[in-house]
Amino acid sequence: MNWWQRLRARRALESQLQKELRFHVDQHTNDLVTGGLDPVEARRQAELALGGRALVEERCRDARGTRWVDDFVQDARLAARQLLKHPAFAITAIVTLALGIGATTVMFTVVSGVLLKPLPYPESERLTIIGTHTDKYGSRWGVSYPNFVDIERQAQSLTTAAWSYGGGTLSRGDDSEYVNGREISSKLFSVFRVAPVAGRSFLAEEDRPGGAPVVIISDDLWQRMYNRNRAAIDSPVVLDGTPYTIVGVAPAGLRLDGDASVFTPLGQDSTPRMRNRQANFAHVVARIRDEATSAEARAELATISRRLESAYPDANTGASFFERSLLQESVGDVQAMLWLLLAAVSLVVLIACVNVANLLLARAVSREREFAMRASLGASRGRLMRQCLTESGLLGLLGGALGVGLAAITVRPFVLLWPGNLPRAQEIDLDWRVLAFALGVSLASGFLFGIAPALRAPSRALEQTLRRGARGAGGAARLHSGFVISEIALAVILLVAAGMLGRTMLRLSSVDPGIDIKNVLTSRVALAPSALQSPAQMRAAWQEVLRHANSTPGVRAAALSDIIPMRVGLNGLGYWTSPTPPPANQVPIALASCVTPEYLSVMRLPLRAGRFLDDHDRLDTEPVVVIDEVLAQHAFPQQNAVGQHLWIQALGKESVRVVGVVGHVRHWGLASDDGAQMRDQIYYPLSQVPDRLMRLFSSVMSMAVRTDVPPANVSEPLRRNLRTASGAHVLYQTRTMEDLAGGSLARQRFLMTLLGISAGVALLLACIGIYGVLSYLTSQRIPEFGVRMALGATASDVMRLVVRQSLGMLVTGTLVGMAGALGAARLLQASVDGVQRMELSTVVCMTAVLMVSGWIATLVPARRAARVDAVEALREA
Amino acid sequence: MAEKTDLPQGTLDLLILKIFALGPVHGYAIATRLQQVSRDVVQVPQGSLYPALHRLENRGLLAAEWDQTDTGREAKFYRLTRKGRSVLDSEVDSWLRLTQAIELILRLSPGDAS
Repeated sequence: MNWWQRLRARRALESQLQKELRFHVDQHTNDLVTGGLDPVEARRQAELALGGRALVEERCRDARGTRWVDDFVQDARLAARQLLKHPAFAITAIVTLALGIGATTVMFTVVSGVLLKPLPYPESERLTIIGTHTDKYGSRWGVSYPNFVDIERQAQSLTTAAWSYGGGTLSRGDDSEYVNGREISSKLFSVFRVAPVAGRSFLAEEDRPGGAPVVIISDDLWQRMYNRNRAAIDSPVVLDGTPYTIVGVAPAGLRLDGDASVFTPLGQDSTPRMRNRQANFAHVVARIRDEATSAEARAELATISRRLESAYPDANTGASFFERSLLQESVGDVQAMLWLLLAAVSLVVLIACVNVANLLLARAVSREREFAMRASLGASRGRLMRQCLTESGLLGLLGGALGVGLAAITVRPFVLLWPGNLPRAQEIDLDWRVLAFALGVSLASGFLFGIAPALRAPSRALEQTLRRGARGAGGAARLHSGFVISEIALAVILLVAAGMLGRTMLRLSSVDPGIDIKNVLTSRVALAPSALQSPAQMRAAWQEVLRHANSTPGVRAAALSDIIPMRVGLNGLGYWTSPTPPPANQVPIALASCVTPEYLSVMRLPLRAGRFLDDHDRLDTEPVVVIDEVLAQHAFPQQNAVGQHLWIQALGKESVRVVGVVGHVRHWGLASDDGAQMRDQIYYPLSQVPDRLMRLFSSVMSMAVRTDVPPANVSEPLRRNLRTASGAHVLYQTRTMEDLAGGSLARQRFLMTLLGISAGVALLLACIGIYGVLSYLTSQRIPEFGVRMALGATASDVMRLVVRQSLGMLVTGTLVGMAGALGAARLLQASVDGVQRMELSTVVCMTAVLMVSGWIATLVPARRAARVDAVEALREA
Repeated sequence: MAEKTDLPQGTLDLLILKIFALGPVHGYAIATRLQQVSRDVVQVPQGSLYPALHRLENRGLLAAEWDQTDTGREAKFYRLTRKGRSVLDSEVDSWLRLTQAIELILRLSPGDAS
């Protein structure tokens, strides 16, 4: 019989055991009677020889190894009865736990989906990205297309593919809309090991200049435009005025930095950047071949770097290629934030556990007599502890089940609330990982808050306990205070963290962004495809866009720019103050905006010196730029920058003249700009962009308008007004400047809100803890207070006693918590932009909040103590 | 009455197995047999006998079935399984080796120590 069979046959085994022992005793009795003993005496001696039938039975049951199952069922039943008998206690405990476990489960679901789950590609752990490391700017760039082609050709340990951002106006008949797109190299699908859901991926001969115009559409677009009809394959679409043939449909799981609707062959891109070995724009993904290791891949990349460095010293000096896991790359910088939040909610759960432990402990003390009774009837200490833990485990599981239910409801809304794009948001799911986690947390918390009361299970001095009845508090008082102190310490950590973020927000929202963000609307613009035929047409179309925008009611001024402050996107240009620049890796890089003259008045840039760009700057006049004060300070310290010359390789071999200096704009966001690497800024006129680049620039321009009315109100009229005679120019990604500025703080605000809520809950729980414990301890001390009062203590003396006890806990807890808060502060500073050192005033402020709350929680029990009637109390004692 | 010694730890199982090597018996018979063969020198508390029997049964060293005794009563008879026999053999071996070694040490005279 194996264990399982024994468990199932335990009834039968039980009766067999009885029968066997009965036979033994009968047989022994018979033998003794034969030996001449009186039958009654013989039976007595036989029983005696066996040594207590009940004990033997017990030990035989133990030998079966199935004993604990019965015990467990018994304990669980008893625990359930206990909970039902005290519904108020049960509900309080379960709801507290459910909230705590629910919150942790939500956070863990996000952490699991974003950070822990492998990417949804086969053998995704072998996927990496390749980037360019430059000595000056570190490992933050993509790879230039010529370098990518060389890597692809030379690498033995990696298969590689590249992609870049694309997109344009998609037209079918009269219908046209702007779609996001990606330019991809032909091997991209095979590197990811995904297959098109319909049709095929690109062929190698389509991935080069002059290849057949083919396009792959997204699963989403296939659904939307073709209703998943296979006839979509080989049918024509028009993208930015060029006819394409659809050859395939990409699977929904393929994500290249967010969603894209169309994929075109990267090799057909005809812009100059494709031939520029220094334009590190391409995103390279690679799969480490099955027979290679990542160390080999890294070594090979280093070899290729050196080879290319000596082959192209002009472009590649100081540049090397690095690889990094794709998972880490796609997750980016949310990692720190997610762990931070998980840690914060875990602290709240801990506090909740401590509160429940307090409740349980108070009950354990009043149940001491019951336990003593059990112990005297033969229950061992281990057995009693097991029973206590079963009770708390049951509470934990009930709370956990409710918590998982809460998490299932709230995880989606929570993900939607996340500021900006949460990477892999669509993969967040309540899966087995999460359930295992929730189960673990439930059991662990059950154990955590159950262990202290369980340890109080009586072992000795039974008789005393029984005699004393339920009155003795004994060492429980110290345990209770310990609980409250740890609660306060945990709350202090959260309070200080929340306070630091609050201060950060306060400071950042008063920071001057460098422009006037009120009443400005920004939007990307896609010119009508019919206007994209020639540079002259494009220039005319942009003038037309500005004219129509200016004539829209409510618009005061309109300007164009390729980049918009605090919006994603950048254009970095290397500059130098003499015609002979240093090696490529030492050239300073400035954030360059290509703008029209009105930009100054739309954004209300402060003009520090000289003039801004104006209508006299044309293709046939001297090339000019305007720089910001940071660049002026870097390039021309203690000189007048106006009139100086800069050499900007990307704008041509000739120098450009600085005609004006404007104030610095916090392009990287209110919080992040101070720490940004590229802070120099250059403005150059769209009117001086050479004809050959007009096509490229026309695909990236945005419009900014200053309005007299709330800017959101003009977005619809503006959209209508841009459907002009020469075709419909499309506005997309329309945002107000205030939104963008606010969005640049969204992460800080989000963290602050969540930490604030956590801290608030923690404070509330800690106060409930203080209140509960003091009420309990005070009620235990009533006889003592009675004696004191009888001996002459006044009501305020007694009150002082209680308050002193509370104050002791508050101060100790705060001191302990401060150590944790220091650690938390360092963590925050490292992981959130704009957070500064822990300031004394924050700490003082938060401690004051805690003290006042603690004081209020103390008042009620203290008053109750003061109202103790001496005679009454003494009689009770 | 001769002075009685407690059984050393773990030897009860060995003794039980050894007695079963002679043939299937019920619990009471074992108890009396144990007493006889140990010539009343070793104290075998009857209370420990049954837990030990059940433990050995659960480990698969003994098999049990209900059968009639000579007097016609139903009793639980245990017998040694094949696994039990091989365990017994190896246990006996190691026991003998151990006792010989201990005996050797105990009989050591002071001069032999070097």
